[in-house]
Amino acid sequence: MDIYLLEAIINGLLLGGVLALLSLGLNLIFGVIDVVWICYAEVVMAAMYAVFWLYAEWHWPLLLACVAAIAFATVLGMLVHIIVIKPILGSAPINQLLATGGLLFFLQSLATLLFGTDFRNLGIRLPVLELGGIFISFSRLIAFGVALIGAVGLYLFLARTYLGTAIRAIAQDREVMGLMGANERGIYILTSAIGGGLAGLAACLLVLQYDVHPFIGLTFGPITFMVCVLGGLGNMIGGFIAAFVISQIIAVGGYYFPIEAAEVLAFVFFIVMILIRPQGFLGK
Amino acid sequence: MAALLSLDGVNAGYGSFAALFDVSLDVEHGEAVGVVGPNGAGKTTLMRVISGLLPPRSGRIVLEGESLAGAPAYRVAAAGIAHVPENRRLFPRLTVEENLRMGAYLPAARRAFAERVAWVYELFPRLKERRQQVAGTLSGGEQQMVAIGRALMSKPKLLLMDEPSAGLAPLVVEQVFELVKRIRAEGFTVLIVEQNVRQVLAVVDRAYLLETGRIKLAGTSAALKQNSVIQQSYLGL
Repeated sequence: MDIYLLEAIINGLLLGGVLALLSLGLNLIFGVIDVVWICYAEVVMAAMYAVFWLYAEWHWPLLLACVAAIAFATVLGMLVHIIVIKPILGSAPINQLLATGGLLFFLQSLATLLFGTDFRNLGIRLPVLELGGIFISFSRLIAFGVALIGAVGLYLFLARTYLGTAIRAIAQDREVMGLMGANERGIYILTSAIGGGLAGLAACLLVLQYDVHPFIGLTFGPITFMVCVLGGLGNMIGGFIAAFVISQIIAVGGYYFPIEAAEVLAFVFFIVMILIRPQGFLGK
Repeated sequence: MAALLSLDGVNAGYGSFAALFDVSLDVEHGEAVGVVGPNGAGKTTLMRVISGLLPPRSGRIVLEGESLAGAPAYRVAAAGIAHVPENRRLFPRLTVEENLRMGAYLPAARRAFAERVAWVYELFPRLKERRQQVAGTLSGGEQQMVAIGRALMSKPKLLLMDEPSAGLAPLVVEQVFELVKRIRAEGFTVLIVEQNVRQVLAVVDRAYLLETGRIKLAGTSAALKQNSVIQQSYLGL
């Protein structure tokens, strides 16, 4: 095989890891609370600023800055739920979309107000590995590895712990969970905290590769939604698979065509798939 | 002694549709009470009102002196009422044991999980064989066992059962009523709603007849079996 094609495939796989992590958080929240956080990528943006600020401005050690940013995103996730989502839980879906969409613009504007529109980066240049003529960026490799660890951690939490089982149960039958004696409010806040924490983890991985600016969410927010819908909204395994499918289309497409055309190709694939299978890969 | 559960003048409905009119009933400690009636009489609504899934429009619902009218379902569950819902409503993608784990959500039950799950497996040995199986793949009768077992995990003061025989084959229906007898023998208080009048009258002490949202008759099982309305409309005699 052409070595550049192989490189594209490997890069696509690495990109898929972070995309999968993002889709897990969004799908978890949707599956449990039944509300789509249009502003999910903006929570990621906020956490990227947190890493940037703590590391580059306050000179915290990078690892500590990342841990703090994850904690910040966890709290932000809880606040998004308590302040914005909770009052509109019973509202029509369109109103919920408008509310979380409004939050998206609020977070973008707030970031612009606080930090301006400058592109900021950590100023870290991680080495690029060369393996038999294939170039792989170290930051992408780390991002892929950590994203997979995050995904496995989430899986183990959901599969093995009591609260994880309760989260899966409430996604399957909200009403009956009340009959079991569970107050859904607590489970929703926990779920939002985990969703926020996953956004924070993704932010730590993305800030190694991309500059932060108030509109960075638009770079990967839409593609995260596409991945979630393609996999079956709320279906975490479907989203996980879809993340790798989409990232391969972009990466391999980018080998044959310009990268913009590759993204167009991904969206065309998405539209065709939605026409054939509107419920997504694994949706019901 | 005061009744374990008493409903007094309960009205309920959905939107502009009224489903229950001035329903009053009592369940004493240790009793098994049936509510029978045709489809659409309001039996499921009655269960939902008691367990907090539907707030009543008016009336009193009292469990051992504690008023539960309008309380959310999780509070009713904490007060000691477990509800085996219509169509079983298992968590279909959880295993049998995970379903039982969710049945033990309340703090006291969660602490005693190991002991309680052993007890439920003793009551329903079949569930022990199937403990790692995903609930959605069980047969209807097995699913009913899980639904009952899940409700028993909290050792409720009162067990509500909504149409436990619905959608099951006749032979399995027999087995389900055998289960009800075993639960009674364990000392549980049961309020059971059924269309299957003949079989439910064989396992309960007393019953109410609910028609178009109103209690039309009440009496002991023996008396109702002799009642001409019940005989003609429900027993086909």
